[in-house]
Amino acid sequence: MSGIPHDHYEPKTNGEKWLNSRLPIVGLIYDTIMIPTPKNLNWWWIWGIVLAFCLALQIVTGIVLVMHYTPHVDLAFASIEHIMRNVNGGYMLRYIHMNGASLFFVAVYIHIFRGLFYGSYKAPREITWIIGMLIYLMMMGTAFMGYVLPWGQMSFWGATVITGLFGAIPFVGDAIQTWLLGGPAVDNATLNRFFSLHYLLPFVIAALVIVHIWAFHTTGNNNPTGVEVRRTSKADAEKDTLPFWPYFVIKDLFALAVILVVFWAIVGYMPNYLGHPDNYIEANPLVTPAHIVPEWYFLPFYAILRAFTGEVWVVQFASFITGGIVDAKFFGVIAMFGAILAMALAPWLDTSTVRSGKYRPMFKWWFYLLIIDFFALMWLGAMPAEEPYATFSLIASAYWFAYFFVILPILGVIEKPLPQPETIEEDFNAHYGKADADATPAE
Amino acid sequence: MFKKLAIGAAFALALTPAASFAAGGGEQHIEDFHFSFEGPFGTWDQNQLQRGLQIYTEVCAACHGLRYVPLRDLEALGYSEEEVIAYSADNFEVFDPELDDFRPAIPTDHFPVNDGVGAPDLSLMAKARAGFHGPYGLGINQFFKGMGGAEYIASLLDGYTGEEKEEAGTILYENKAFPGGWISMAPPLSEDQVEFADGHPATVEALSEDIAAFLMWTAEPKMMERKYSGFVGVLFLSLLSVLLYLVNKRLWAGVKGKKRD
Repeated sequence: MSGIPHDHYEPKTNGEKWLNSRLPIVGLIYDTIMIPTPKNLNWWWIWGIVLAFCLALQIVTGIVLVMHYTPHVDLAFASIEHIMRNVNGGYMLRYIHMNGASLFFVAVYIHIFRGLFYGSYKAPREITWIIGMLIYLMMMGTAFMGYVLPWGQMSFWGATVITGLFGAIPFVGDAIQTWLLGGPAVDNATLNRFFSLHYLLPFVIAALVIVHIWAFHTTGNNNPTGVEVRRTSKADAEKDTLPFWPYFVIKDLFALAVILVVFWAIVGYMPNYLGHPDNYIEANPLVTPAHIVPEWYFLPFYAILRAFTGEVWVVQFASFITGGIVDAKFFGVIAMFGAILAMALAPWLDTSTVRSGKYRPMFKWWFYLLIIDFFALMWLGAMPAEEPYATFSLIASAYWFAYFFVILPILGVIEKPLPQPETIEEDFNAHYGKADADATPAE
Repeated sequence: MFKKLAIGAAFALALTPAASFAAGGGEQHIEDFHFSFEGPFGTWDQNQLQRGLQIYTEVCAACHGLRYVPLRDLEALGYSEEEVIAYSADNFEVFDPELDDFRPAIPTDHFPVNDGVGAPDLSLMAKARAGFHGPYGLGINQFFKGMGGAEYIASLLDGYTGEEKEEAGTILYENKAFPGGWISMAPPLSEDQVEFADGHPATVEALSEDIAAFLMWTAEPKMMERKYSGFVGVLFLSLLSVLLYLVNKRLWAGVKGKKRD
């Protein structure tokens, strides 16, 4: 792998040489885990490991759950209860898998917002960012389909509402919706294809994760200063970096362990806190829940979807100029996917040459407001679609778009950035000072 | 009486799932009962669960099923294998497709499905309802008080005011815990309706608590095992965190000088 200059794997024994000339796999692994990593990474950089752990956790628990689950409308709900009551440790497996999805999304949101604050999306890391956004989209698809599998009331009605979004597409919507569902309504065909895809997509995600890691191993990690590692020589690079193993592996594992304490406490003591009671009622196509609420991690975008009703002038305007093709429902769908697309476009919308938000005095405040906006949307997504929530949702949605399409482009032009450190080493030493001369490096 | 119950139950089935989430609306009152199984170290009160089973068998089972609960699981309530065999055979008949006829239930059977009058199955009721909501949809109440399914059930059974009204040919009963305030299930419990062998008091409130605890058990029979796993996991992961903290500190000591800010 190219990138920051560092020592590469040298096969020493005859056996190693034999293997290396045929399959340089040891070298690949060595280069991957010994990658020079900016030594000033702060605690916001630990979530990548958490995400990798979540993916593995979900795949492992998921594979075992499949051994006991039955994807059929008459049997799915009962098979979940079979897992909960009869399978050895089944209740833990299922609760870990259920709450593992939540941990996965907690981690991915922090990971994404870390990238947004420290400008990790900016050149030359656009590909890493785009792949990351694809992973995030796939995660949402996987989580959504996974939520359908227990075949509870929220599973069924959530599936009905979300696939209904595709029905809002003009002209071809109904055909697409029928194709997605495998029939005119959510039924056994839907459950079966969602089950199939729920099993498939995590492996696609795993492949994308490899590409994601490959991409940032080529460009090198971003870091809290946004200043690049010096690549002029190996000696210079070594002043700015430390090898991933053991320094960051141990640091990340420590953070992961702390996070898992909290995670395990939730699984053990309040496993249904993040779920919805209605999903313990078997799906019933004849009874609609009073409020259909998606899982918490979809709420911000669900709020955006619902914010654009027919009473909003932008929607009326869009409807007018398209001759009614873009109605309120379709507009909402566009807005929801547009909100995610806006994030994906951040590398090209942000005109500032300064990466890290630390050195952007105006950007900082707009960014903090975006975080508040995100939580506000999450809350609004869970509230009934009525006043005053509808107006709040509209304002919060508007800010989401304004941040990406107006604020990011303008700030780069009008903002006066603060001075940045010359090198990562300088930043690191400013925090910690030089290591004592007599301190022995860890072996 | 039975007909009234049947119609009422049918309506309850139609209304409750829709109404269950509308909770949080002003008038609904859920009492925060104290149950022995609450909290990180709370355990089942086996006597209470046995009383709950008795109430279920003598009262609720007339209309409600427990389709997901295997009878063999009753050994967890402190009954011997023989007692469970006797209980199953004495109380329930199940349809056996091999015999093409009904036969007395055996422990490997589940509690029978009972949808004859359209009353909802109670296996998961304590998890399918939430007692506490909000405030403002933030979930803070649930964080401190728990989801409140058992509290909801107890409050509902103890929440009849005695008022009733007729609506579209159905009698509705006023209930402080039910969303919307009017429920179609007639008050199922009355004082001393069930006589306990140990002479435990059988007020409506006491009966409500006992059946609610029993239904929490049917909904989450592995709760104690789960909490134990939680405890062990938290303990060991905390220990691991401390060890990794020390390793990390030692590892970086050679790189970092004294922290300046």
